[in-house]
Amino acid sequence: MSRHHYDHIRANENFHNLIRRKTRLSWTLTAIILIAYFGFILTIAFYPEILGRPISDGSVITWGIPVGIGIILLTFIITGIYVYRANTLFDSLMGDVVDASNVHVNSMEDDRPGSDGEAS
Amino acid sequence: MNRFCLLLLALPLPVTAADGLPGREGVNVPAVMMFLVFVAVTLGITYWAARRTRSAKDYYAAGGGITGFQNGLAIAGDYMSAASFLGISALVFASGYDGLIYSIGFLVGWPVILFLLAERLRNLGKYTFSDVASYRLRQRPMRLLSACGSLTVVLLYLIAQMVGAGKLIQVLFGLPYEYAVIIVGVLMVIYVSVGGMFATTWVQIIKACLLLAGATLLAFLVLLQLDFSLNALFSRAVDVHEKGIDIMGPGTLVSDPVSAISLGLALMFGTAGLPHILMRFFTVPDAHQARRSVFFATGFIGYFYILTFIIGFGAIVFVSTNPAFMNAAGGLLGGDNMSAIHLSQALGGDLFLGFISAVAFATILAVVSGLTLAGAAAVSHDLYAHFLKRGASSEREEVRVSRIATLGLGMAAVILGILFEKQNIAFMVGLAFAIAASANFPVLFFSMYWRKLTTRGALIGGWTGLGSAVLLLILSPIVWVDILGYEQAIFPYEYPALFSMTAGMVCVVVFSLLDNSTAAAEERDAFSDQFVRSMTGVGAEGAGRE
Repeated sequence: MSRHHYDHIRANENFHNLIRRKTRLSWTLTAIILIAYFGFILTIAFYPEILGRPISDGSVITWGIPVGIGIILLTFIITGIYVYRANTLFDSLMGDVVDASNVHVNSMEDDRPGSDGEAS
Repeated sequence: MNRFCLLLLALPLPVTAADGLPGREGVNVPAVMMFLVFVAVTLGITYWAARRTRSAKDYYAAGGGITGFQNGLAIAGDYMSAASFLGISALVFASGYDGLIYSIGFLVGWPVILFLLAERLRNLGKYTFSDVASYRLRQRPMRLLSACGSLTVVLLYLIAQMVGAGKLIQVLFGLPYEYAVIIVGVLMVIYVSVGGMFATTWVQIIKACLLLAGATLLAFLVLLQLDFSLNALFSRAVDVHEKGIDIMGPGTLVSDPVSAISLGLALMFGTAGLPHILMRFFTVPDAHQARRSVFFATGFIGYFYILTFIIGFGAIVFVSTNPAFMNAAGGLLGGDNMSAIHLSQALGGDLFLGFISAVAFATILAVVSGLTLAGAAAVSHDLYAHFLKRGASSEREEVRVSRIATLGLGMAAVILGILFEKQNIAFMVGLAFAIAASANFPVLFFSMYWRKLTTRGALIGGWTGLGSAVLLLILSPIVWVDILGYEQAIFPYEYPALFSMTAGMVCVVVFSLLDNSTAAAEERDAFSDQFVRSMTGVGAEGAGRE
């Protein structure tokens, strides 16, 4: 039964638009976390003294602390952004695409009475 | 929990720490009591789980009905092992800021899993990640490859946890090493073989809550002593630490760029290739919940790492200055890994020490159970059902094989744990991540993202990644010099992932492109349907078919 669904979904322009938007979001966010993390790691490898510098004169707290905690928070925030977008907007748009294919497949099955296609 | 917390706050804290103190050779009574309560509760859950487990889907995937929040806790539980609780706080205790660098590395893999893998994994797979890797490729050789990748990772991780567990329990509970390892082995076999994924998940969730509560309380007590001033925490730590102000910046953990990138790759992409973690995505009903799982897991894990950072610094301030916790040579009693444990006694007395010790033991049990189930699934679902029986075995047989495999893995873990007692096992978790990143991740990633992947490319690339990760690690200073005792390492870096992962990926690409067979053409044609299913969930296992 999935066969006809897949064909119908593949032919649906909305599906491809949605995939483009989704792909753009997931790769943008992936790039952000890769740049943040490898930027951090390479700073440690090449210029460790930057992160060891105090945030103000006489303070023992160094730049490394807010930067490190900041990356932990960033990780949490961007997963939140993705889950929010995907679970609300993208899921509902994708639901429309799947519903359209259900309607299409059901109508195909109605046209062929007596076929053993399971109702989906 | 609240009453317990108040009880602790009512204790005259520093005084308890200063007098009646601990060789900790004897049995710690509150710790044993609390641990026994944990075991009783979890065995009760296992009994409940066994009655609910009827199908293979119940056994491997807890019926597919775990919610995103529950799964987030379970994933966080799998990830927050005793090694990371005790190990990272020990690293912070020994060198300060370096501990934070390490924990960040362990955390950043999670968004990548979310953005690139989670929902496609859920929509394509059934019980193991091999279901996804072999989706449109030739089943038998692909199953063999993924099962070997899974089992290697699981065994290495399991040995590391067993040895750590034995040592920890020896110190905490005064039990002989062998007994400790056997107790862990027996309990994990019971949880997994009797209760399957239901029991493994709920044990993991309870333990995650206990660990988060314990670590929160410990960090809270540290800050309470210092009037909630981070500045006071850091300046007092700098004053008493032998490295002084150097603990506030990057030290020697990551020294050269090659090691830095290599370690970063292993941590980031290794997480995305750990079989026991990937398996958790099949316990939720759909992609929606799979994404929510990662969101909650990331939150819990990130929060936990911030806590371990405070705990490590707290241990510098309150443990390293207290002669009761130091041995004659000026080191920590029981080694640096005990810093969080000692801190619990310094700030919360014997009762809190007992609680944290019991939580550490519970943590080990839960993590080895998750690993064992993933290993057993690789044996029964991939090797037995698909490789040996070519998909023609019944669910009952498959689950029975899985239970036998659990027993086998349990015995192997106990025996290897005892054999490796005196070995330096620190490299094993690193190797597990390197293999996961080099063998499991590339095949999984390309199978989902690259139309032109063929069986031949996946096999050559996967085996190359697996083989080169193992080989480079043997030739690296950690094994070649430290364990085998040669003068000079043949491979100069400690972390192989940069080279082995690249080698694996290049081979996947090159040999897929060179593959002009008719089978290869069919595999490429099958990508389109796979892609639609992976994005929409239509036809996915356990998905509601409206």
